[in-house]
Amino acid sequence: MATSLTPTAKDGPKRPVGTLYRGREGMWSWVAHRISGVAIFFFLFVHVLDTATVRISPEAYDAVIGQYKNPVMGVGELGLVGAVVFHALNGIRIILVDFWSKGTQHQRKLFWGVVVLFTLMMVPFAIRHLTFVFGH
Amino acid sequence: MAGEKEPGTRSATGEEGGEGIATSGAAPSSDYDHAGKGGASPRQEKGTDGAGGIPSFDVTMRLRRYNPELDTEPHWENYTVTMYGTDRVLDALSKIKAEIDGTLTFRRSCAHGICGSDAMRVNGRNRLACKTLLKDLDISKPVVVEPIKGLPVEKDLVVDMEPFFAAYREVMPFLITRGAEPTRERVQSQPDRERFDDTTKCILCAACTSSCPVFWTDGQYFGPAAIVNAHRFIFDSRDQGSDLRLEILNDREGVWRCRTIFNCSEACPRGIQITKAIAEVKQALIARKL
Repeated sequence: MATSLTPTAKDGPKRPVGTLYRGREGMWSWVAHRISGVAIFFFLFVHVLDTATVRISPEAYDAVIGQYKNPVMGVGELGLVGAVVFHALNGIRIILVDFWSKGTQHQRKLFWGVVVLFTLMMVPFAIRHLTFVFGH
Repeated sequence: MAGEKEPGTRSATGEEGGEGIATSGAAPSSDYDHAGKGGASPRQEKGTDGAGGIPSFDVTMRLRRYNPELDTEPHWENYTVTMYGTDRVLDALSKIKAEIDGTLTFRRSCAHGICGSDAMRVNGRNRLACKTLLKDLDISKPVVVEPIKGLPVEKDLVVDMEPFFAAYREVMPFLITRGAEPTRERVQSQPDRERFDDTTKCILCAACTSSCPVFWTDGQYFGPAAIVNAHRFIFDSRDQGSDLRLEILNDREGVWRCRTIFNCSEACPRGIQITKAIAEVKQALIARKL
């Protein structure tokens, strides 16, 4: 629970900690959807820039892409794929909630379906990807 | 106002007791022994009093207090009270107000889940205090009670409901008809009545609207309750103002602000499928355009 149980002095300068609203699957999937969406946006921004270097020269492009071949970026790539996969799967869930007549009724099951599919896709990918990143 | 300072100090003692949860049974006893428990003597017993007795327990209520005349910021206060298995959060608040601190302010009217006055945030979720039994909560920890979020706090657990009702009025929650008044009742078939049955249950407690993260950050959003009450008339076969209402909800701050977070559906004390109702209004808007 996000509540701080430490009492705050009545006239103390510290602002008392308000509690987090304890929403359920719907709220957390929305939070994750937002965060993954913003992360993907920033990736696309950088991606447009690095791809644009091919217009300068193919060597410049190779140099920029070569910079990405380090473990930090490797882990970042794992995060990127995770963000895209979650955003895509949860996007399908949101479309179903909006347009399928039984979508709102089954939204919680749909969320757990997203979680299961996400895990099924990400675990093999993470193993394969990380062996490449750290094995070579 | 001099009397208002004293309860603050007295409850501060209670707060020390509440800090160590394990000792909460002993420490606050001095706090409310003199507060006069009143009532019949069996109520003094801990545990069950004989056959058919109602089990009692000590529960710490952690309340977010704010007195606009004394405080610049809201703060937390703990109160430990002995309650019974049949008691609700509202009973604990009433007991604190009656026996420990009379300045505690909260709304309640019918106390039976119909008037919609006592929506508040209990352990982080919007609930009606009169429909939440203490025994259903985890009473080994303090029960955290705060005012509902997204509306300006006036005092303690009382918020200014005006923005909420302003949005409600904007969707024109009344029957709109054109032409001559019929000489007899406006007949409606059972399936037609069934169409909007769910949204007729709203008691305007604001539990849904104040559970909506979109409403917290964007006070212009109509909020779930206003859309629910628009839905109630949009899908009423006798009503002729649907186009008008759909147009209002087609606004930038209308139904399209809904991100299907489902906090409203889970907060509604009447069990209205609010997100579903909002989705139906969205679909009606799309269907109208096609």
